[in-house]
Amino acid sequence: MTAEDGDEMTGAGTAGAGGTGTGTAGTGGTGTGSGLDAHLVVERGAFRLDVELAVAPGEVVALLGPNGAGKTTALRALAGLTPLTGGRLRLDGAALERTPPELRPVGVVFQDYLLFPHLTALDNVAFGPRCHGASKARARAQAAEWLDRLGLAGHAGAKPRRLSGGQAQRVAVARALATRPRLLLLDEPLAALDARTRLEVRAQLRRHLAEFEAVAVIVTHDPLDAMVLADRLVVVENGRIVQEGGPADIARRPRTDYIAQLVGLNLYRGEADGHTVRLGSGQTVTTTEELTGPVFVAFPPGAVTLYRDRPAGASARNLWRCEVTGLESHGDRVRAALGGELPLAADLSAVAAAELDLRPGAEVWATVKAAQTHAYPD
Amino acid sequence: MTRTLRAAGAGVAALLALSACSSSDESASSSSASSGAPGSSGSGRVSGTVTVFAAASLKESFTTLGETFEKAHPGTKVTFSFGGSDSLAASITGGAPADVFASASPKTMKIVTDAGDTSGTPVTFVRNQLEIATLPGNPDRIASLKDLTDTALKVVLCAEEVPCGAAARKALDASGLKLTPVSYEQDVKAALTKVELKEADAAVVYRTDVRAAGDKVEGVDFPESAGAVNAYPIARLEDAGNAAGADAFIDLVRSAEGRKVLTDAGFLTS
Amino acid sequence: MTAGDKAVLPRRRRRRAGAQVRGVPLPLLVPALIGLAFLIVPLLALLVRTPWSSLPELLTGAEVWQALRLSLLCATAATAVSLVIGVPLAWLLARVEFPGRGLVRALVTLPLVLPPVVGGVALLMALGRNGIVGKWLDDWFGLTLPFTTAGVVIAEAFVALPFLVISVEGTLRAADPRYEEAAATLGASRFTAFRRVTLPLIAPGIAAGAVLAWARALGEFGATITFAGNFPGRTQTMPLAVYLALQSDPEAATALSLVLLAVSVAVLAGLRDRWMTAG
Repeated sequence: MTAEDGDEMTGAGTAGAGGTGTGTAGTGGTGTGSGLDAHLVVERGAFRLDVELAVAPGEVVALLGPNGAGKTTALRALAGLTPLTGGRLRLDGAALERTPPELRPVGVVFQDYLLFPHLTALDNVAFGPRCHGASKARARAQAAEWLDRLGLAGHAGAKPRRLSGGQAQRVAVARALATRPRLLLLDEPLAALDARTRLEVRAQLRRHLAEFEAVAVIVTHDPLDAMVLADRLVVVENGRIVQEGGPADIARRPRTDYIAQLVGLNLYRGEADGHTVRLGSGQTVTTTEELTGPVFVAFPPGAVTLYRDRPAGASARNLWRCEVTGLESHGDRVRAALGGELPLAADLSAVAAAELDLRPGAEVWATVKAAQTHAYPD
Repeated sequence: MTRTLRAAGAGVAALLALSACSSSDESASSSSASSGAPGSSGSGRVSGTVTVFAAASLKESFTTLGETFEKAHPGTKVTFSFGGSDSLAASITGGAPADVFASASPKTMKIVTDAGDTSGTPVTFVRNQLEIATLPGNPDRIASLKDLTDTALKVVLCAEEVPCGAAARKALDASGLKLTPVSYEQDVKAALTKVELKEADAAVVYRTDVRAAGDKVEGVDFPESAGAVNAYPIARLEDAGNAAGADAFIDLVRSAEGRKVLTDAGFLTS
Repeated sequence: MTAGDKAVLPRRRRRRAGAQVRGVPLPLLVPALIGLAFLIVPLLALLVRTPWSSLPELLTGAEVWQALRLSLLCATAATAVSLVIGVPLAWLLARVEFPGRGLVRALVTLPLVLPPVVGGVALLMALGRNGIVGKWLDDWFGLTLPFTTAGVVIAEAFVALPFLVISVEGTLRAADPRYEEAAATLGASRFTAFRRVTLPLIAPGIAAGAVLAWARALGEFGATITFAGNFPGRTQTMPLAVYLALQSDPEAATALSLVLLAVSVAVLAGLRDRWMTAG
C-alpha cells in the first residue's frame, strides 16, 4: 500500500502533469472520460451561480474572484456541501449531482483548515482512511506516510493548536490527500498565513499540486496565489465566469476592471480605428496595435509619466490633464490615483513624487508612450 | 318583537326582586338564629375579617359555613387558609396572623397550645373516620380491611407520619393484620388520587374524602375504623386580631347548622 | 471552549487573563454579594440548626442509607437515560431544519416550568396502569411502571432531560458545524461525523448538562412521589424521606437533608475536577 502511494506520486510527477503556470490555457477538460466536467448552477434568493468548469486530470485550475462572487459556493457545490439547483457534475465520467459528500471522491482543504482539535495531526490525517474502511493501524500507517511526505513527521503527535499556521496547512493538505481524491479542492489555502510563511508554503503547495495526478481546483481572491499555483485561471464575478485563460494571458489582457486592478493595469474599453482607440469618455489613446472595432486598452501604472506643467514640445498624443485624487506609498514607490480627463493610476518614485509636490487636489499632466500600451479585441 | 322583549325583561326584573327578597329573609333568619351564641359569650358586635386556618379536609364544609357566616353578619368577611395541619401549625407558631385554627388532630393542635398561641382550651368539634376507597363499582369486591391484604391488590396508605396514615396503622395493628401497600402517600389527597386515576385498587382514607370525591371512588366501611377515629379540635388564637369574630365563627361551627353541614360532608359530630 | 479551538486561541487566553484582576464596581459587587448570601445563608442555617449531638443516632437507621442508595442509583440511571435520548434530541434540534422546530424546542423546555407534581400526574396519565401508553404496556407485557424503581427513574428523567437537552443544544449551536462538513468530505457519514467529531468536540457541554441533569434528578420530589409513590427501599428517595420526616420529626429531616447536601457537594466537586476543568 505504501509503495503504491509512492508510485502514484512519482508517477504523477513524471507524467509531467501540472505546468509551470503559463501556457496551457483553455482546453483542459474534454467533457467526457476523465477529469472534471461541471456546470454548476446554484440559486439562492437573488444570487445565482452559473459556472461551467472543465478540468483535465493533473491540471490545476484557480477560481479567482472578489468576495461574494460565488467562488466558495462553487467549491461547496463541487464537494457536495451545497446542493446544485441545476446543471451537471461529472468526475471521471461518473455523475455526482446526487451523491452525498461522504461518497464523493473529493478532498477539501478548508480556508481555516478545520483540523479536528481533539485529534492529533496523525489522527486527523488517518480520519479519512478510517472512514474509507481501513483498520486503525493501517490508517495510521498511511497517515504517517503522508505526514512524512509533507515534512511533518516530527509533528504527528501534536494537537492542531500546537501547530504553526504553515504546519497546520500542510496537515490539512495531507488529510485531504490521504483519501486519494480524484478532485482536490482548496479554499483560500494561503489566506490564513502571514506574509513570510505564505511565500514558503506557496512554493511547497505548488510542488505538491504539480505532483498531484487528479483534478485540483483552488478558490482564491489573491491573483498571485492563483498565478503561482494554477495552470489556468477562471475569473468569477457575480456568479458568472468573466474570463478564463492562462495566468500570463489574463495578466496581459484583463477584460474587467476587477482583473485589471488585480494585475495592476489601467484598463479602458473603447472603439479602435487603426492606431487610435476612442474611449467612451471621448478621450483617445494611441496604440502600436492596429485594430478596428471594440477593444480593450491597457497599460501599467509604471508606464505613466507625470508633469506639473504641460510638457513643452510633447505631442498631444496620450497626454491628459488630470487631478490627484489620492496617494499611497508602497516602500519607495508612490501610487497616485488620478481623476480628470482620464482616470488612471500612476506609479512613480518617492523622490519624483516629492519633486512634483504631489498632493490631493494638485493638477498634473499625464503621458503614456504608445509602445507601452496594449490593445486587444473585446 | 320589541314588546315581547320588554315584557320578558320586566319578568326577569320581577324574578330578581323576588330572589333578592327571599335571600335577605334567609340571612335575617339565620342571623337571628345564631345571635344567641355570641350574645351569651359576651362579645359585642361582630365585624371585620375573620381569618381561619383549617385542615384541608375541612375545605368544602368550612367554605359553606364561611358564606353562612358572612350572610349572618353583614359586613364581615371570612378568609381561609386550608392546608396540612402540620404546616398550618408551623405557620401559626411562626407568627402567621390568624384568628381561628381548626386542626385535623389533637397532636398538631398541641403544637400550637404548647407554644402558647391559643386562647382558651381547644374543643373537639368533629371526628373523622377511616373508610376504604375502592374503584367505582368496587370491581375487586373489597368488603373488609382483611380483603386489602390480598397481594394481588395494589393498595396505597398514607405515610405513617401524617394523621391518616397513623390512624390506618392503628386500625391495622388493632386487628392484627399485615398489609404491605405499594406506596405510603404523603397525604390523604395523594392516596385518594391514586385510586381516582385507577393506579391503585384501594386506599385507606377518610370518609370525608371519599364523600368529596363523588362517584370517582366508592367507599367501603369497615368496623375497625371505629377504633381509629381522628378528633378535630378548634380554638381561638392568642393573637387573634378579631376575637369577637373568631368566637362567633367557632360558635357557628358548633351550632346545629354547622353540625349539619359537617355531617353532610361525612364527619361524625356526635 | 469547543468551536474556537483553533490557532487563534492564545490571543483569547491572554485577554481573559487580563480581565481577571481589575477593580470590581460597587453596583455589581453589592448585588453579587447579596446574591451569594441569599444562596449560602439558608445552607448555613441548616448546618447551624443540625442536631449534631443526635446526628449519629439519626443517621444510623437503615432506611436512611436505603433512601440514599436509591437516590444515587435512580439519579444516575435517570442521567444515563437522559444522555441516551437527550443528546440525539439536542443534535436534532441544533442541526436539522424541520418544520415546527421552534415548537418542538418549546415543548422540550416545558417540563422546566411545569410544576413537578403536574408532571407526575401527566406521567401517570401517559404511563400509568390506566394511561394512554401504560395501558398497552400492561396488556402486552404485563409491565406497570407506577410504584416501581423504574418509575422513579422515569419521573426523574422526565424533569432532568430538559436540562440536558438545553445544555447540549447550546453547546452544539456554539460548535462550528463545518467540522461535520470537513468530516463528510473525508468520507464520514453523518452518524460517523457525529460520533467521531461532534461528540468529542461537545463533550464538555455534555458533561455539564449531565451534571445538571443528575443534580436535578437527585433532588426531584414532586414528580417522583406522584408517579412512583413512596415505599422504602423501592421508591422512597432521599427527598421523599426528608419530606415525610419533616411531618413528624423536623430534626431527622434536617439530618437527612444534610446527608443529601454532603453527598451532592462531594460528587459535584469530584466531577468538576475531572470534567469541567478539562473543557
